[in-house]
This record gives sequence, structure tokens and C-alpha cells, in this order.
Amino acid sequence: MPSFVIQEKCDGCKEQDRVSCVYICPNNLMALDKDSKKAVNQEVDQCWECYSCVKICPQHAVEVRAYADIVPMDGSVVPLRGSDSIVWTIKFRNGNVKKFKFPIRTTVEGSINPYAGKPEADISKLDSPGFFNMDSAYMPRISD
Amino acid sequence: MGSFGKPDIVEIETDILIIGGGMAACGCAYELMRWKPEDVTVRLVDKAAMERSGAVAQGLSAINTYLGENKPEDYVRMVSNDLMGVVRDDLIFDVGRHVDNSVQLFEEWGLPIWKQPGDEEKPLSEGGKPVNSGKWQIMINGESYKCIVAEAAKKALGMNNIQERIFIVKLLLDANDDTRIAGAVGFSTREDKIFVYKTNAILCVAGGAVNVFRPRSVGEGMGRTWYPVWNSGSTYAMVAQVGGELTMMENRFVPARFKDGYGPVGAWFLLFKARATNNKGEMYLERNRDMLKDYPPYGLAKVPATCLRNHLILKELREGRGPIFMRTDKALQALAASYEEEFGPDEAKKKIKHLEAEAWEDFLDMSIGQAGVWAGENIEPEKVPSELMPTEPYFLGSHSGCCGIWTTGPSDIAPPEWQWGDKPPKAGEDPEPGQKNYNRMTTVQGLFTAGDGVGASGHKFSSGSHAEGRIAAKSMLSWVLDHRDFTPTLSANTTELAEEIYAPVRIYEAHKDYSTNIDVNPYYITPRNLQARLQKIMDEYVAGVGTMYTTNVTLMEIAVRKIGELKKDSKKMMARDLHELMRAWENYHRIYAGEAHLRHMLFRKETRYPGFYYNMDYNYVDEVNWKCFVNSKIDPVTGEWSVFKRAHKDLVSKS
Repeated sequence: MPSFVIQEKCDGCKEQDRVSCVYICPNNLMALDKDSKKAVNQEVDQCWECYSCVKICPQHAVEVRAYADIVPMDGSVVPLRGSDSIVWTIKFRNGNVKKFKFPIRTTVEGSINPYAGKPEADISKLDSPGFFNMDSAYMPRISD
Repeated sequence: MGSFGKPDIVEIETDILIIGGGMAACGCAYELMRWKPEDVTVRLVDKAAMERSGAVAQGLSAINTYLGENKPEDYVRMVSNDLMGVVRDDLIFDVGRHVDNSVQLFEEWGLPIWKQPGDEEKPLSEGGKPVNSGKWQIMINGESYKCIVAEAAKKALGMNNIQERIFIVKLLLDANDDTRIAGAVGFSTREDKIFVYKTNAILCVAGGAVNVFRPRSVGEGMGRTWYPVWNSGSTYAMVAQVGGELTMMENRFVPARFKDGYGPVGAWFLLFKARATNNKGEMYLERNRDMLKDYPPYGLAKVPATCLRNHLILKELREGRGPIFMRTDKALQALAASYEEEFGPDEAKKKIKHLEAEAWEDFLDMSIGQAGVWAGENIEPEKVPSELMPTEPYFLGSHSGCCGIWTTGPSDIAPPEWQWGDKPPKAGEDPEPGQKNYNRMTTVQGLFTAGDGVGASGHKFSSGSHAEGRIAAKSMLSWVLDHRDFTPTLSANTTELAEEIYAPVRIYEAHKDYSTNIDVNPYYITPRNLQARLQKIMDEYVAGVGTMYTTNVTLMEIAVRKIGELKKDSKKMMARDLHELMRAWENYHRIYAGEAHLRHMLFRKETRYPGFYYNMDYNYVDEVNWKCFVNSKIDPVTGEWSVFKRAHKDLVSKS
């Protein structure tokens, strides 16, 4: 179910500081075509269909078409990812449509303050079990 | 500025190098930055972008390791039974006693975790009760799981210490000590740059291995593997090549999943209480239950080992009673009926709608392609059942598998033979007693691993991998503080290293004009064709899907020869651009992962994992002679493999 880029919608992220799908693809598949300045999935049979490129595209120009060697045509699964939830629209081959909305995070993206309110590490405990925010005195040992 | 074929060489010195950006790497970064003194330097290098890299890139619908009120001892017993008894209790216990802390952090950072009614606002850390789908599994809304965990790690590390889109392909030993790590080398997949790192300690956490075996889909669907397609065995290959001892590489994972999309089945079995049947509507688990008696005690446990459950499926498929159906229809109908009885028709309707959403979310959070398969095939799970199928084999150490690298364990639990520091054990020998121990260190000094890398310790999953990365962070830092006087010395100069990395580019440049078809040329092999050749060997000789996971000694001996020839030809791989250079090196790593698997299988004269593979010359579990670890080591100079036994030890009682 490789991702593909809709020619009309892709603007090559020319207003952005990076090309979103090229930035995010975990398998390095999305590339910017030098001539057209539009994104392209350069190796479709190595696509894991993780939808990272679909979810991140600011133009909604990336979609996924089910694997041609496996799945009958005309179905689609399209996400719309917001800041705290994602809406999925699933269109079946027979035309039926289902919509689902799920939460994705409870904090604002970028707001994590990883050590706020956390204890300092006690360097004398470096070689003991337990993390910096745990009391190593209470680390269980095997008891049976 | 470098250009293609003429890369710039960048040398970087850092005290600690983290190779990988997945759960274990993120855990390591988070823990390390809280402990380390200011003057200890750290660098994290990821082949992809941390926000969506590693096995959790797509998201997950559950966290499979959360102990809650369970004891770590019970966790060890479960893992041991599932992996047929040959595991390291010390490592598993260590994950078990640490893991919940990571899960509680995930929730604090913003990961939505399902709660029991009444506890919705109560965090896990304050005693909030999660929704368990099984004893160890808790349900989450995990679409952004990796984004959240990566955000915390990136903030902790600082972007100045992170390099993305750099593929480390080779570790480097110290010129003065061939059991001591000193560096690593890799290249940018986006710019014409080669990076040479000199370092005191390395955490090598680059995931498991996928596409070593021929996948069931060989057309456009080849990428729809169950485990992430970009996991190319780099962890195992790179550590093995510098002489790190591997363990249990004969282990593999063959998950039985929804056919073609490889969608998860856990929630269907555990949460929705669905059952799986053969083509006659018979429950294969009941029909074949007696077969479990052949494998005591692993088959007799309340939850039989995963491979044995596959073993029962394969009997149905072999004897022509396929396909195996997940009866999603019956499960949802039964739940609907019970809701109607309990809550009345109106309330039941709402609950069923909620249930339907949960079922779809299970796919949409972590295996979106399965939703695509159902959409294309007009499958509405409440109306029709769906086929299950065992996948092609995968190598991993964090999920329901336990292949990987032989490491030290925790100082307060591990027996002396599983503890070392400055004097790692030689192949088959015990380490010298009295050394300071560094947890999760490989048999190469200063080289650590976690997650999919640590062998004989499965069922960590996402949360346990994060926790294990944190465990390794502390001991790596301890190592660095104890070895501050170490100056890494590389035995090869940077130009030689650069030439080795760019060899596929040189081959392409030298021969590209010989033929009119870029893919067909007698002087080189494309990475794509090399991968297909590896997959064909592994599939046909080493118990892939093509033989229903069946092999024997003769077949495997042929495979050893064929892999030997393939390794020679791998030096003739070509690359026409940086993307293909990445594929070339990934496949080079895949060959080593595959060869390790093959050599371990050949050495183990039994079938430890029926249902994952069968050695038909020894088609039984032999507890007397083979309840032991099989380990292996490559001589970093000659490239010769040695394969040998190490004794197993129960630290937690298993009855």
C-alpha cells in the first residue's frame, strides 16, 4: 500500500524550511524531484505504509493506494491528524464509509519538559539498579 | 563541499555514541543526560528522523510490558516459558523491575493510556488502573507514541548532539586492543559526507532484522512486512563483525497475523475474546491440544509458548484444513448480545459502536495497511471472519523473540559468569572473576546494547526497550568515568574507511558504461538483486515460508556454501546514488544476520522452536543436551565463525 503524491496538491513545501515527507520517511523513500520540485516515493515496494508522510504533509498531497499485488482497487484509508486527535476516513470498495476519531496526545506538541519536577541523579548510585527518579533502596531482588 | 563519489570526511570525537534512534536509544538519551557530568560528551546518530524512526514509528495500540501489580518473578516465568526455557532470567528480571517507570513517564509526557472506569483522570504513577488486554498488556491511544518519546529524548539530549539521516555501517576496534571498541563509521544518506567517530563507549541499538527471508508478498507489497522493513540486521552484523558474541541467533519470530496486512491479533484474542478456527469451523487449539504434550513443560502452561501455538496452526495448514479464520464476526456478535442483555438495546448500541471503533483503532494505530486490506476487500469484522497467516521469519530480541547479543547482566542478580568489564570472556570460557561489571555490555569492551540487541531476553517490547536503554545508559556512563584516560586509536585511516564505505559507488563508476541496461552488468550486482538472492537461499534452504518452515542438515549445509558465495559477491554490490548505497550496506548487514541464524540452527541439534522452524533431522526438543545457550563469534581478523554452547541457569524457579 505505497504512498503516492498528488501532483496538483504538492508544492514541494516551498514555503516550509524543509520538505515534510522527505524529512519524515523512516525508510528514506520520499525524494524531491529535481525538475518538477514535487515529492515522489522513489521505491514503492519498500514502503511500510506507516503513513508518516501522509500524516505530516501540510498540503494533504500524500495518500496511500493499496498494494496493487494484494488488494482490490477503490478502497482508501485517509487520516487527518490534528494536534490532539486523528480522524480516519475509511472508504470501502463497495462505497461504504466509516469514520473514526481517536486521541493522539494529552499534551501540546513541543511542550514536554523532560526533567521538570524530577529529582537530580545521585551519582553515588550510578552503579546501583534503579533510575534517577526511583529509590534504589526499594529495587526488588529475586525472591523465589 | 563533497559531491557524489567525492564525499567530505568529517571526524567527530565523543565520549558516548548512541547508534539508533528508536525506543532503546531514546531511553538511553533520557537517563544518560540526567546523570552525566557536563564534560562527558554524547552523540546520537539515527538512520532516519527520530520523530518516526524504529519499530514504533507508525505507533502502537498497546504497551505490551507493564507489570502493575505483578511480580517481576512472574514476568520472568512467562517470558521463559514463551521462549522455550532458554533465556537469561537476570536480564528479564532487570527489565521487569524497571519497566513501569518508563511507562509512567510516557503518560506524563502525553501518551493517552486507557483507564478503568472511575480512574480516567488518575495517572498510572498515582495508582490509576489501566485497561489490560492481557496480564502484561495495557491499551493506549498510541498513534503518536514515538513522536512523544522522541520529543522527550530530543529535549533531553539537545539537537546539537543529534545527527539524523546518518547510517552507521561499521564499528571500529582500537588499534592497541582488539577487544576494545574505539569508534564507528557511517555516511549521510542525504549529503556527500562520511562520518568517522572516535569514542570511549557505544550503545548499538539499530533494531532487529527484516527481509532476510523472502517475504510472502514479492510484488509491490514487499514492504508490508510485519516488523519494520528498515530494520536490516545492522545491530547484529556490526557487533558480530568486531567480535561481539551473539546468542540464540537460531531463534526467530514468525507471528501469526491477519493475512496480507499483518494487522495485530492480540486485542482480538485478549480483549474481544475472539477464537480462531480451521476451514471446518473447528478450533485448532482444541483439536490439536494433545500435540502440546510433546513439549513439556512449555506446551502445558496455561498459555503455551507462541511457537507451539503456531505449531498447531501449521498442522491445519499442512493437512489441508486452511485457512485459519479469526472469528471476528462471532466475537463481536457475542459481545453485542451480552451487552443487550446487560444494558438494554439503546445503551448496547452505543457500546457496540465504541467496540467497533476500538477494533479499527487496533489497526489504525499500528498497522494501517490492514485497514486498507479490509477496505479493499469489503471486510466488516462484525459480519465476516478474517484469515490469519504465519508470516515470513524475523530476527528480534525485544518482541516474542530472543536472538541477539550476549551481554552482562545486573551486578546484584547475575551470576559471576554473566558479569565482566575490562576482561570480557573468550569464546566458550567464563570471564575472570573479580572484575567490575558493566550491565548490558557486550563481549567487546565499551560496546553496549539494548532493545532488539540484547539476546536471550525477549518480551521487552516498546516499554522494556526504553527501560533497557536507560539501564545501559547508566553503566555506559560508569564505563566512561572509569576509563577517562582512554584515547581511541583507529587502525585504519579515514581515507581507507571512506573508500571501503563508498566501494559500491566506485564499482558503479568503473563499470556503468559497459552495458546499456543499468541493472544488468556482469561486473556488478544491484543491491536489489543481492537481497533477492539472499532471500531465496534463506527461504528455500533455511526454513522459510516456501518449505513451511522446514529444513534439515543437508539443506543447511548447502546454504552455508551458497551464503559464502553470496558474501564474496556482496563485494561487487553497486550503488548509483546515496539511497542505493544505503540499500547496499543494509543488505551487507542482512547477510551477516542471516548467516548467524543459519550457523546457529545448524549447530543446535534439536528443534527448540517447533512452529517457528523444524530441523527434520532432529525434530524434537532435547532438554538434556540442548537446554543451553548457543553462542557464536566471528574472529574480527579472519572472519571465521566459531559456534559453541554456554550453560543455562535458572535464577527464578519455574514451577
